[in-house]
Amino acid sequence: MIPEIGNFALMVAAAVALILGTLPIVGAARGNVRWMALARPAARVMFLLVVIAASCLVSSFLHDDFSVLYVATNSTHALPFFYKLAAFWGGHEGSMLLWLLILSFWMFAVSVFSQHLPREMIARILGVMGLIALGFLLFILLTSDPFDRLLPAVADGNDLNPLLQDPGMVAHPPMLYMGYVGFSVAFSFAIAALLGGNLDATWARWSRPWTTVAWTFLTIGICLGSAWAYYTLGWGGWWFWDPVENASFMPWLAGTALMHSLAVTEKRSGFKVWTVLLAIFAFSLSLLGTFLVRSGVLTSVHAFASDPRRGVFILLFLGIVIGGSLALYAWRAPKVGLGERFELVSRETMLLVNNVLFLTAAAAVLLGTLYPLVMVALGWGQISVGPPYFNVVFPMLMTPALFLMGIGPLARWRKADLPEIAQRLKWAAAVAVVVAVATPLIQGRWSFLVAGAILVATWIAASTFVNLWSRLRPTEGGKLGAKFAALPRGYLGMLVAHLGVAAFITGVTLVKGYEVEKDVQMDVGDTVSVGPYTAKFVGTSEGTGPNYLYLRGQFEMLRGDKLVRTMFPEKRKFVSKDEPMTDAAIAPGIAGDLYVSLGEPVSQTAWVVRVYYKPFVDWIWGGCLLMAAGGALALSDRRYRLAQRRSIETEAVGASVSA
Amino acid sequence: MKPRTKRLVMVVAALATAGVAAAMIVNAFNSNLVFFFTPSQIAADEAPRNRNFRIGGLVETGSVHREGTTVHFQVTDTAKSVPVTFVGILPDLFREGKGVVAQGRLESDGVFHASEVLAKHDENYMPPEAAEALKRAKGGQPDSTNTLVTARSRTSSPALAGSNSSGSTSQ
Repeated sequence: MIPEIGNFALMVAAAVALILGTLPIVGAARGNVRWMALARPAARVMFLLVVIAASCLVSSFLHDDFSVLYVATNSTHALPFFYKLAAFWGGHEGSMLLWLLILSFWMFAVSVFSQHLPREMIARILGVMGLIALGFLLFILLTSDPFDRLLPAVADGNDLNPLLQDPGMVAHPPMLYMGYVGFSVAFSFAIAALLGGNLDATWARWSRPWTTVAWTFLTIGICLGSAWAYYTLGWGGWWFWDPVENASFMPWLAGTALMHSLAVTEKRSGFKVWTVLLAIFAFSLSLLGTFLVRSGVLTSVHAFASDPRRGVFILLFLGIVIGGSLALYAWRAPKVGLGERFELVSRETMLLVNNVLFLTAAAAVLLGTLYPLVMVALGWGQISVGPPYFNVVFPMLMTPALFLMGIGPLARWRKADLPEIAQRLKWAAAVAVVVAVATPLIQGRWSFLVAGAILVATWIAASTFVNLWSRLRPTEGGKLGAKFAALPRGYLGMLVAHLGVAAFITGVTLVKGYEVEKDVQMDVGDTVSVGPYTAKFVGTSEGTGPNYLYLRGQFEMLRGDKLVRTMFPEKRKFVSKDEPMTDAAIAPGIAGDLYVSLGEPVSQTAWVVRVYYKPFVDWIWGGCLLMAAGGALALSDRRYRLAQRRSIETEAVGASVSA
Repeated sequence: MKPRTKRLVMVVAALATAGVAAAMIVNAFNSNLVFFFTPSQIAADEAPRNRNFRIGGLVETGSVHREGTTVHFQVTDTAKSVPVTFVGILPDLFREGKGVVAQGRLESDGVFHASEVLAKHDENYMPPEAAEALKRAKGGQPDSTNTLVTARSRTSSPALAGSNSSGSTSQ
């Protein structure tokens, strides 16, 4: 009964989405106030319906209703409670429902936090989101219904993929989707503005916080995915340039460009046309990411789906959304006016260069991701594009952008003075050079790559502090603390996010440059040295977990003669599956991680063992979290709260003018 | 500088930068393409020496033996097989009789020295390259869409197999 209620709720939601996607938009074009007024209630009703459907699926999981195919495929009686919740998005159908749930959540959020928007605008925004929701509802109902029955029911389910039975995996997909789908808000704002022909600084101020919040979630989502790969996949890598990772990274690159471009549109009303195009790109790449991961075209961990109909549907949907919005763009964008002029050396130019570089990087990633797929699709043979391609191209494109990150925030709008900036940054440059030379010398092995990357990271960090100091120091009076508290949160958010980039680069560089990886055969009592530590194999023991058997190794980590830590890597065998799983033991630390995992047994007591020392690896995720914290800080800026009041006033003025 | 010259400088600089970047991207792209060869192609001496490429097929039953951290095994497409060596720890799902994809170089001794053995995460999942190799050896047309589907259908529970693998019945 419960699955049928869920299914029915989705059908009603499709009908509501159809109304929401048509009447308000037509109403906005014709000036029909009643039709426009439908947008808010319809969006809220849709959210309610999708929540009902999602609750039905959750309930089926919690009740172990194995007469539902999706539940039977992704759960078992023995699965722990939290993983039963996470199993919701452990497969294709549930992931799509999660996508829809998050989309309708964003629609609900827009309907609540947009009281200050003109009614044509809100009608168009929610209408566009309604159309997207309609597409996904049809996709779910026609090709991927999570409520499909399995009759007769099985006694016990097939279990959730063991790799997904992990706390990180509980949070990763919702976070990632909050980001992906969050870009649909910026997209809908852009489409609404194109439809209405009113692109201006106010529009940018409205859509900026929505973009920032989506970007923040996407950053956290990617960070969680990377951390999960590091500690679950068992070989200590944190990024593989796997197509699925690229699928989430491309919208991030476009979204980052969009955030910076929106800043120019809001402050200087420049780059308008460009900003709209970036909003379209960011969401299109999100959709493409969904397509890549969910249609089964990829040969990777995440490609659970394998139904060609789904691929065709998503491809069609993708074609309509991207083609339609680009056509609308081509038709309407020229009507949008140009912004204020700026000189060659100005903050605008630097942000433009940042934008071009980010977009080029996204294009390069797209090339490396799609080219092999196109080759296979056209029958031209099997090839793959290796990580070396990305590892060469990406840093090359990012280096100038990172260099500009030091200068841009200090440059003035419209016309900047290079000698003046150089004067202000000379100490930052000096510090960067000293640290860059010192770091490889302290680590004990010289490397130009390490020195170069540390130079860039320190340059960003030092110039960020110069920037902060320049705001705190000049003009007498006022305590430092009070001045600091008075700084706008948006500005602080930028500084924090930029520091996050510096931390990220530091982590990546040091782990690449100085990690120690040893795959060795060890018998009980053997030792092996990794970095400053020595690992001693003590022995193995056996036991049982909730739904698996394990074999646990014991390792003592010594620094000199002192025991620092005892580590317990495991080999797990899940009861319902034939596959073994390696569970690495990781001892995290600010200066580096120790990583031990069991390979194969070679005799009664001896094992092939993997022992790694990963210096500064946690700085990678720490940096990502700092970036996300910067986004969150920017969102708490008081001007967004003030903006609400101010635009209600302008709306009143606008209404009296149009009347 | 006159505004006009300035604009010209800007445009030329932008074009030059874009051109250099594009050239570097394409260059990096070309030198990092990894091609795929089947054991039969290697037996027919079609595979390059001194360049990384990928092979795929099944791990021949009874061919795996370990010497400490070095592993020797044969990869077969049922027609021909290639000897492979790998130093390190193999992925969890590496097993005799199962599909495998390896990346590395063919050395002059005729042994494929793998630098990487790819892991896939489902017990019944067959890497598409491996499925392709088997299919080609059987003389069928290579058709990756279908092999993908075949490879992915879950058959671990009979009750589930019938309804879940709608893709494979459509072939």
